[in-house]
This record gives sequence, structure tokens and C-alpha cells, in this order.
Amino acid sequence: MSSALTKYKFAGFGGQGVLFIGKVMAQAGMLSKQQVTWFPAYGPEMRGGTAHCSVVISTKRIGSPTVGKPDIAIVMNEASYHKFIDSVVPGGTLYVNSSMVPELPGREDIRIVRVSVNEIAHEMGEEKVANIVMLGVMQAITPTVADDVLEKALMELAGKKPELAALNARAFKAGQEYAKNLC
Amino acid sequence: MKAIFTKTAGLSDRPFHYCPGCTHGIIHRLIGELLEEMNLIEHTIGVAPVGCSGFCENYFTCDMIGAAHGRAVAVATGAKRARPDRFIFTYQGDGDGASIGLAETMSAAARGEKITSIFVNNCIYGMTGGQMAPTSLVGQKTSTSPYGRDAATMGYPLDLPKVLTQIEGAVYVASVSVDSPQAIKDAKKVLRKAFQVQLDGLGYSFVSILSTCPTNWGVNPVEALEWLQTKMKPHFALGELKVPATEGGSEA
Amino acid sequence: MALLMKGNEAIAEAAIQAGCRLFYGYPITPSTEIPEYMAKKMKAVGGTYLQAESEIAAIYMVYGAGAVGERVMTGTSSPGFSLMQEGLSFLFAAEIPCVIVDVMRGGPGLGGLGPTQADYFQLTKGGGHGDYHAIVLAPFSVQEMVDLTKEAFDLADYYRNLVIIAADGILGQMMEPVEFPPVAGRKLEPKTWAASGAEGRPKNNVLSYYLTPELGEAENLRWGEKMSRIKETEQRFVEYEMEDADYAFVAFGTSSRITETAVDMLREEGIKVGLYRPVTLWPFPEKGLTARLNQIKGWMSIELSAGQMVDDVKLVVNGKAPVGFYGRQGGMTPEPEEVAAAFKAQLLGGE
Ligand SMILES: Cc1ncc(C[n+]2csc(CCOP(=O)(O)OP(=O)(O)O)c2C)c(N)n1
Ligand code: SF4
Repeated sequence: MSSALTKYKFAGFGGQGVLFIGKVMAQAGMLSKQQVTWFPAYGPEMRGGTAHCSVVISTKRIGSPTVGKPDIAIVMNEASYHKFIDSVVPGGTLYVNSSMVPELPGREDIRIVRVSVNEIAHEMGEEKVANIVMLGVMQAITPTVADDVLEKALMELAGKKPELAALNARAFKAGQEYAKNLC
Repeated sequence: MKAIFTKTAGLSDRPFHYCPGCTHGIIHRLIGELLEEMNLIEHTIGVAPVGCSGFCENYFTCDMIGAAHGRAVAVATGAKRARPDRFIFTYQGDGDGASIGLAETMSAAARGEKITSIFVNNCIYGMTGGQMAPTSLVGQKTSTSPYGRDAATMGYPLDLPKVLTQIEGAVYVASVSVDSPQAIKDAKKVLRKAFQVQLDGLGYSFVSILSTCPTNWGVNPVEALEWLQTKMKPHFALGELKVPATEGGSEA
Repeated sequence: MALLMKGNEAIAEAAIQAGCRLFYGYPITPSTEIPEYMAKKMKAVGGTYLQAESEIAAIYMVYGAGAVGERVMTGTSSPGFSLMQEGLSFLFAAEIPCVIVDVMRGGPGLGGLGPTQADYFQLTKGGGHGDYHAIVLAPFSVQEMVDLTKEAFDLADYYRNLVIIAADGILGQMMEPVEFPPVAGRKLEPKTWAASGAEGRPKNNVLSYYLTPELGEAENLRWGEKMSRIKETEQRFVEYEMEDADYAFVAFGTSSRITETAVDMLREEGIKVGLYRPVTLWPFPEKGLTARLNQIKGWMSIELSAGQMVDDVKLVVNGKAPVGFYGRQGGMTPEPEEVAAAFKAQLLGGE
């Protein structure tokens, strides 16, 4: 689909499911026969409750799985916003959970997409799937794998309980729909 | 009236890095206060372990040495023999003092090293993210006892202070907790005695303090205190378990 | 079907599939997922996971289980690996097969939790006492962690020697797609030497000492012969873009992945450079490197250390061409651009 190598960063606090959406993305990359790596922050980096992971999807063998300068980043809380806004490559896209991140000085050279995913998820009756809503938003605006592949990946990782699977599928769709109105 | 929450000179201004609801911070404060009240700050060498409290050198205002995992008591022994005039304490987790460093603890006790060990028992490995500790309770689920600690294959929690009472060189052994204002007061009293035992040159003093780890127990701070009170306390001997003979103490 | 798995978990799963039913270890970041996986999975296959009280205890538990002839493993990270060194020397002398994983992290001292390769000397030259070597395998991907772990158990049994898997914080923590294809494995002799109970046979002793210097020398010579045999037959390496290369990098594990990207970048600029990737760190794969000596005008070792493997490269190159070095330390990893720039500065005279 798009460029040969895409670097992602998914960040938030523990419990927001950022490691999980990173895994879904990596799984989708794998299902679309690309090379993928997923790399978490670990050790004391996680103290204070922040979590983040790096995902690389590429048509060629991946060198380092660490991502210093993401093409695409999702930040689910304010601490992550501050930590990663400057790292996004010029021309890249930063998805901001505006339910948790107030209006802050941004950048001119990247696209910043602000979505109140907590509210969207809350309306669906389960705030926990805010991460999946954001995944849907990202997929609608900067897809690197096909929609059905990402959905399949999501189902493979989240679909053990049928209710949960259905909820995740709805959250993903809700994110996509919301983003379509943004474009 | 004396303000209760004035800052102690025994602690720096650095904010603690501990998780919300973790009682490492309370224990630090008690030690900091005693260092100040007993006029020890400039005469003390503290030994930091490896564990969640492995960065405690940032908080205590006395000189500090960082040891390898489990070796704090050996480091403290080396320091004490080099400078017998100094007050030397170790601050250790249960993994540090009762697993990888058990041999050091027992041997220092047997030698009657004139040092003080503060042993913070939270029934888990905090630093590495929640693995089984030597003090984990039977049935307790941790990341390396995912089906619960099974006594048949993983044994029983080690009540180290109780064991230490059997060792002649360990002259003061106590086990306390910091789960209520009263308990905190009592803990401070006990720590003061432990410090005094060293200052009087009587032998090894050891204070175990039951402590919370909400993060790795997977509970909130309030539930953590409850867990400590209802689950931990019944399994560990509490109180002054051994006091020096001069105080009318016996061999416990 | 491929699965996404962390390197540490992949090693643990591969070990179970290789028939390892005993794991002894002590938690340490960034290797902790190995004991955690074993704690979860050993039960179902009737195996044993036991949390040792320290790495010293863990390595001697390995000694005991290996001595009775069972497949056994431990996994740790640098400070824990340091604690095991005495045990490694004893395991070698008693010729006890076993597999040890070192997921290297920043040192020296308590260091940091980031990836390094700074245990290279300790791994390959022997961190314990006496003349001994472990066979040291250095995977560069999660898939290779699986393949080499399975192989490691065979190598250990075949040579009655300890085998170490040298990984690092990145390889241990990252997830990549992996498959677990069935492997044929080597033909192995029954372990008639094991101290497994003398039922129906003369008793066996598994020991690590000798009583006279004469015996001691004879034993050492025999071990030396075994080491020579391993050196002769087990050297492994993989070449990348080496066929027409004028210059070559030497790198293993994580640093070889980054270097591969640097090779691609330099080739795009028209510079003919390749990568020689040791898979066995001991025995160091001299043969493949020697075969390229007349072709390569300059070598460069890329490591996550102050420069350790570069000594082995220099020994083989033996002055026939310049040997450069570039590394990052303390848990940092270089960007491919840095590697390319260092190469130009050192080997192309700063173009
Ligand atoms: C030789 C060695 N092995 C393992 C570790 C990893 N490690 C760091 S702290 C720790 C245990 C922490 O538990 P505890 O001592 O109970 O203290 P807590 O963090 O719970 O306060 C371990 C296993 C290490 N640093 N060094
Ligand atoms: S992990 Fe546990 S012991 Fe460590 S700081 Fe957090 S609550 Fe305290």
C-alpha cells in the first residue's frame, strides 16, 4: 500500500491498552506478509505508570526494532504527548486522545489528529475500548494494511470472548466512521 | 504545638519514585527522622540494595553505598570493619535479604556484626515486576507462581526474623508493620532500639517491616493495606522477638 | 502458521519443544519472561520450573539436573551471568550438557537494562577459572532464537559441553513472527555416563576434580582436543552482500541487524560493502573470514560494547587489511547512519 517501511509509536499510561493496539498492528503486518517487529518499553521506564511500544512494518528485513522517529504515533495521555510530539518525523501523523490531552502548542510540519476517543468509547458503554477507537481512526486516515486485515488481526488477538470481540469490532468501526467525517 | 509533618533533615527534597500506596516511603521517613533525632546523619553510612528501594541513596541525606543484589550485608560488614566508629545500616527487600542474600544475612548475624538491617517484606519482587519472593504466601499468585504458590513444590514463606532469633550474634530482632498511625509509631520505637543496640556495640540488630506493594499485588492502595492486615500478618511473627540480655531479654 | 512472540518466550517454548523439562532460574530484567513462561508452561508438560534463591544456586541446580542426564536450562542477564561463572567452569570440567541463556544488559556493575553485547569476553574467553569454553550461539532474530535453542540442546548433548545462547535486551523483549518447525535433530548416544542411579550397571561418578597434576594435564589435553574438534566442525556464520564486496562489516545479534541496514544504505551510494555475521561466537568463525581475506580491503566490527569481538577479527585478519571498530555502550544502539558514517571515516578516509 504505502511506503516500504513504516514506524509506529503507541503511548499512554498502563491500562490504556497501548501495548495491545501495537500488537494488533504488528499482527496485521504479519498477516499481510510483511516483516514486523514489536518492541515495548521495559524496566524502570515503566515506573510512574507510562507504557509505550514501537512497531515497525516493512517490506524488507527490519534492522532495529526500536523507533526513535515514528512516522505515525498515537498518544493516549498528556505525558505521552509531551514525550513524543517532537519525535514524529516531519510529514508524519500524530493521533492525540483529546479526552486526556488539552489543547497544547503543536507543530506545523506534522499532521495532528485530535479525537476524544474516551467519550466515543464511553457512549458505546465501555471506556476501555478507547484504544480500539483510536486504532480505527488511524486506520481510516493513514492505513498501511488493508481494513479487513487489521480487523482480522484485532479479532485474532481480542476475540476470545464473543461479546468482547463484538465490542472491539464496534469500537474499531466507530473510530473509522468518526475519522471519515474528519477528512 | 509541634507540627507532625515537618520535613526531616534525614531525607532530601527528592520526591519518592515509589508507586502510590507503597509503604517504602513511610519506612524511609522513619529512618530519616531517627537519623536526625539521634544526631547520626553525619556519622552514618547506609547501604542500598537492588530492588525497588535501590535508589534510596537519593533520599537519605547520609552517605550511601549501593550494593549488588543480595550483597548489602557483606558490603555493610566491610564498611563497619573499616570504620567501627560509624553507624551502618542496610535497607533491603525480602528478595535481597532472604533469598539471594540469605547466606550474607545469616553469616553476619552469626558473627554478631555490629550493623543494623532494615528488611522490608512485601511478599513479592517489586522491582522486577511481581515474581515470587521467599516470603510469598502459600497460594499467592505471582508471575512465577501463576497458579499460586504451591507448598509442595515451592515451599513456605520464610519468616526470617523468627529464624534469626536462634542465632546468638543477632541480639535485637523485631518485626513490625506500618499499616496504621499506631503501627508507625511502634515501628519507629523499634527502629530506635535497633539503632541503639548498634551504637552500644551489642551485636547485629534486625528489623523486619511488613510493607505493601499494590502495583504487583494487583490491588489499590486501600485494598493493599487490608491485604497486609488480613493475609500477611497471620503468617509472620510480630513484635520484639528478641531483645538484648541487658534488657532482661532471654534467648527468645 | 507464524506467531508473534517475544524473543524470551520463543526461547522458552523452543526449549520445551527440544525436550527440556527442567528450568532453574532467578528473575532478572530483561530476561524475566523466560522464567515466567517456564513457570506457566512446564506444568502442562510434566516438567519442573523452580525459582532458585540466586543465580549461584540456579547454576548448581543445573549442574545437578544435567549430571543425572536430563535436559536442563537456565536463563539470566548479565549480573546474574556473572554470578554463574564459577558454575560454568565446574559444568565444563564435569562435562555436563546444559543450555544457558544470557540476555545481555548494560554494564559494568548493576548497569542499566538496555541491550549490550559487552559480555562477549566473558562469554567467549571464559569468565570462570581454568581453560574452558562454552559453545556460544548468537541469534539475530526471534526465529533464530527458536532454531538455535533447539540446536543448542543437541550440541550440548553431542559434545557433553555447556552451550550458551547470547541474546540482548532488544532480542529478548521484541516480538517478531516465529514458526516452530519440527527438526530432525542429531543422532545422540545414550547418556551412559550420567549419575542417574546405578541400577543394573557399575556406578558412575560425575566429578570436576583430579588428584594428580599428571591426571590433570591429561584431562586438560583431552578437553583441548574436544575444543579443537568443535572449532573444526561447528563454526557458523552468515554472509550478506559479501560476493562482490570490497569492504566488510563484522557484527552479530542486534548490531548485525542495524549493520545490515547500513550495508543497504552504503550500497545505494555505490560502495561495495557486505556483512559477515558470526552465528557462533565461540568457536569464532575464522574459516569464512579467512576465505575472504584476499578480497576484502578493510574490515569493521560493529558492537554494542567498547570493542571486544574486534580483537578476534584482528587475530584472523592478522594485519592483512585495516580493521575498524564502531560501537555504542550502556544500553544505546547505533543508527544505521552512524554506522555508515563511522565506516566512511575510518575505512574510506573520511569521504
Ligand atoms: C544478580 C542479580 N540477579 C537478579 C537481579 C534482578 N533483581 C533486581 S531487584 C530483584 C528483587 C527485588 O525484590 P525485593 O528484594 O523483595 O525488593 P522489592 O523490589 O520488592 O522492594 C531482582 C531479582 C539483579 N539485579 N541482580
Ligand atoms: S513496585 Fe511495589 S514495592 Fe516497588 S515501588 Fe511499586 S508498590 Fe512499592
